[in-house]
Amino acid sequence: MYSTLDISPEKIDHDQLYKEMGLTDEEFASIKTILGRSPNYTETGLFSVMWSEHCSYKNSKPLLKKFPTTAPHVLQGPGEGAGIIDIGDDKAIVFKIESHNHPSAIEPYQGAATGVGGILRDVFSMGARPIALLNSLRFGELTSERVKYLFREVVHGISGYGNCVGVPTVGGEVQFDDCYEGNPLVNAMCVGLIDQKDIQKGIATGIGNSVMYVGAPTGRDGIHGATFASEELSDESASKRPSVQVGDPFMEKLLIEACLEITQCDALVGMQDMGAAGLTSSASEMASKSGTGIEMIMDDVPQRERNMTPYELMLSESQERMLLIVEKGRESEIEAIVEKYDLRASTIGQVIDDQVLRLRFQDETVAEVPVDALAEEAPVYYQDSRQPDYYTAFQQQAPYHPHVEDAEEMIMTLLQQSTIASKEWVYDQYDTMVGTNTVVTPGSDAAVLRIRETNKAIAMTTDCNSRYIYLDPSVGGKIAVAEAARNIVCSGGKPLALTDCLNFGSPDIPENYWQMEKTVEGMSEACSSLTTPVISGNVSLYNGSNNQSIFPTPVVGMVGLIDDVQHITRQGFRQEGDAIYVLGDTAPEFGGSELQKVLEGTYFGTPPSLDMEVEQVRQTQLLEAIQSGYVSSAHDIAEGGLAVALAECLFDAEVGCDVRLEGEATTELFSESQSRFIVSVSPENKEHFEKVVSGARHIGVVTATETMSIQINKEQAISLATKDMKEAWREAIPCQLKSKD
Amino acid sequence: MKFAVIVFPGSNCDRDMLYAITDALQEEAHFVWHSESDLSSYDAILLPGGFSYGDYLRSGAMSSTSPVMKAVKAEVGKGKPVLGVCNGFQILLEAGLLPGAMLPNENLSFICRNIPLRVERQDTMFTSAFDEKEAITLPIAHGDGNYFCDDATYQSLVDNNQIVFTYPSNPNGSVHDIAGICNEQGNVLGMMPHPERAVEALLGSTDGLKIFQSILTNWREAHVLNT
Repeated sequence: MYSTLDISPEKIDHDQLYKEMGLTDEEFASIKTILGRSPNYTETGLFSVMWSEHCSYKNSKPLLKKFPTTAPHVLQGPGEGAGIIDIGDDKAIVFKIESHNHPSAIEPYQGAATGVGGILRDVFSMGARPIALLNSLRFGELTSERVKYLFREVVHGISGYGNCVGVPTVGGEVQFDDCYEGNPLVNAMCVGLIDQKDIQKGIATGIGNSVMYVGAPTGRDGIHGATFASEELSDESASKRPSVQVGDPFMEKLLIEACLEITQCDALVGMQDMGAAGLTSSASEMASKSGTGIEMIMDDVPQRERNMTPYELMLSESQERMLLIVEKGRESEIEAIVEKYDLRASTIGQVIDDQVLRLRFQDETVAEVPVDALAEEAPVYYQDSRQPDYYTAFQQQAPYHPHVEDAEEMIMTLLQQSTIASKEWVYDQYDTMVGTNTVVTPGSDAAVLRIRETNKAIAMTTDCNSRYIYLDPSVGGKIAVAEAARNIVCSGGKPLALTDCLNFGSPDIPENYWQMEKTVEGMSEACSSLTTPVISGNVSLYNGSNNQSIFPTPVVGMVGLIDDVQHITRQGFRQEGDAIYVLGDTAPEFGGSELQKVLEGTYFGTPPSLDMEVEQVRQTQLLEAIQSGYVSSAHDIAEGGLAVALAECLFDAEVGCDVRLEGEATTELFSESQSRFIVSVSPENKEHFEKVVSGARHIGVVTATETMSIQINKEQAISLATKDMKEAWREAIPCQLKSKD
Repeated sequence: MKFAVIVFPGSNCDRDMLYAITDALQEEAHFVWHSESDLSSYDAILLPGGFSYGDYLRSGAMSSTSPVMKAVKAEVGKGKPVLGVCNGFQILLEAGLLPGAMLPNENLSFICRNIPLRVERQDTMFTSAFDEKEAITLPIAHGDGNYFCDDATYQSLVDNNQIVFTYPSNPNGSVHDIAGICNEQGNVLGMMPHPERAVEALLGSTDGLKIFQSILTNWREAHVLNT
């Protein structure tokens, strides 16, 4: 009865065809044990995608358990389409980040575009209206034509999709390092707003209820995308281009409006996006969560190509599709809503008592497998972990302490480093304002959106300095979380929770697994210390190309709450005469710094140290000062150190500063010591500010001269025109894109 | 005063436009789905921005044939104010309610930023709240905002005084720096910049609010005169 395809179960077993789908011998043996027989071709396909790393987290699960995931303000932790936090006023914020690295490496426009589409669906499938998008991008250096092409097309893809669906792209970051040359990272984050009463879940309850399919018809695109995402890229990867899906943002826009209207209809029981592993994952996960099963008639699945097999229908990753569970007999209510948007809703199956996924095709059962086996029982691998030799060597090195001769020249060089330079070329192409909620647009520490019908706002950021993590994953992991929180605090927000996208190399390499392990430990410590639990996320392994893994890059997407729109703070100095303070101590810490990259062309040694107790106290004090109205501007000190951060503070209002420092010049100007901020305070608030923030160092004053003037040990060290610095900083990326290699 | 905000499949500035009227201007506004065919109960009609029908054909081409556009034309004939912003402007061009056409931006990329704008005409029902030749700032956000018309059409725009907004620093390659034009009667305005995004100090600018205030003031004056 299982013979819709010519390939018999025996042949799959004997010829080891399952290996082509990414299953190992052991996994195939375990499938046979679960089923008590050999799976047919379709069933083997179902297992192969659901047991891929992308869907099952089989390599990362033991590590993910270490993350703190709860707090009183967490309404939904990991496990649903996206996490949810309470922001009061019966409203909640829904958010998640997800990777689309491998598709973007071989088809950058569509790879990036569909990354945006997928993360939007994760959010609106919860019933939330998407209100903001952020992107965290990593590329090789902008010196090769290939990298320039990837960079341009990824940005075009994000712009093409995000702008059309009408969700503002408000923030994110772009960094450049050699290790991403063959394997760029494209992580998309979506933030949604919901009334708490409207929260939906991906459940399939109520025996006999209908399974409905809404959205684009299924084609042959993206088959085995999840499996492709779980392999390392190689020179043959271009041949996997058919595994990349094609996006239709107009369809997505219609789907958003239709689904949000459906959310208001109580005939809806559950809803889930057909993302990675398409119909297979959405159906089996909804049923598995609910202790039910699902039977689907493959002939009734809307199709846009002829003669599609059940295997293809189940594994396709065609975009812009949603699976709904609807009360029996009320299907017409859903149909009426979607028809308004020129979409179709098709009933393709029903919820059943047997906890299996049963597929019928041309009046025959072509697959029947336990839903829990697909969704829950993937093998879990405890990989070997080994401390890498490079780490041992770095730990034993004497501290790296360079000496910069010409500090002015170095500042100009640093401002033109692609990681530090203005990303205006990127965000000029994004609609940052649609929705008319964006208060702080890209370019400041965090993006800020006001929440209508309240006096509140939310701050959002993505962050990850992978150089530090490469040097020391535990310390670097802590820094990634702490820096994201600093950005939120600088905007006037209290950090609430985070979503993470763990981009790593192959877990089969013990040194890579060790990096993951230590990173997660570091991040978890920082999350606990700052009370910012991990509420959603995604794991992307096998990042690397031609046997070179990327730096471990656990991108942190954080959201914070600003209690009152009056507290919204920006990084730029605002007023001549305001006092400039530095919060935090500066030590000679240059491992993994931008200065090290410029001087040495590589990274070594140890990253800056981080004391979470100091961090937590400082963030709390700064936030209190901001909330009390004492602070004119706040900016965290990151890549390039104090000199670069000071310059950035001058660009908004095109002002100047007169700063006096004591100490060793290179350290004062370029060290990347952690837990530091630059804050400007109006003269009448100085006394109050110093009472709230302990150990704030008064270093100078904002001037109208439009010059960055810095004295060190009473000697004039720096005198640079704001205009010249800003021009160099703004023009760097367009200039690099234009130059030929 | 009662405003209609027309919603086409793929409109995405529809809610922003509604909020500009209900929250900032504090007047009445309703969404009207593109399949409606009667707009007679509204005092003004707003065509919002977005990507109607994905802009998969020419921007605005599909929407210009929607049933609601017949109703829009009927109300234009009655002299009611009709404002098309961004994609709304493109639809007005495609529907023949305004002359000219829209090309992709000169740099072939989407551009979103605040830009300076000059009010060329202060004597229209959309711009009376501005000063003569006032310099204002409004956001643009478009990929196809490069306005084009032939020389003869341009001459008639000049002769009939139909150029309402220009770019002092042209961002998209528009012919003669044109950012917004009206019809000969002066009751249909199409513009690429987004006034509905500039109606609150919190979001950075209130320059756009003056357009909606102008519409309201002129409607009130006409209404008082008529009764």
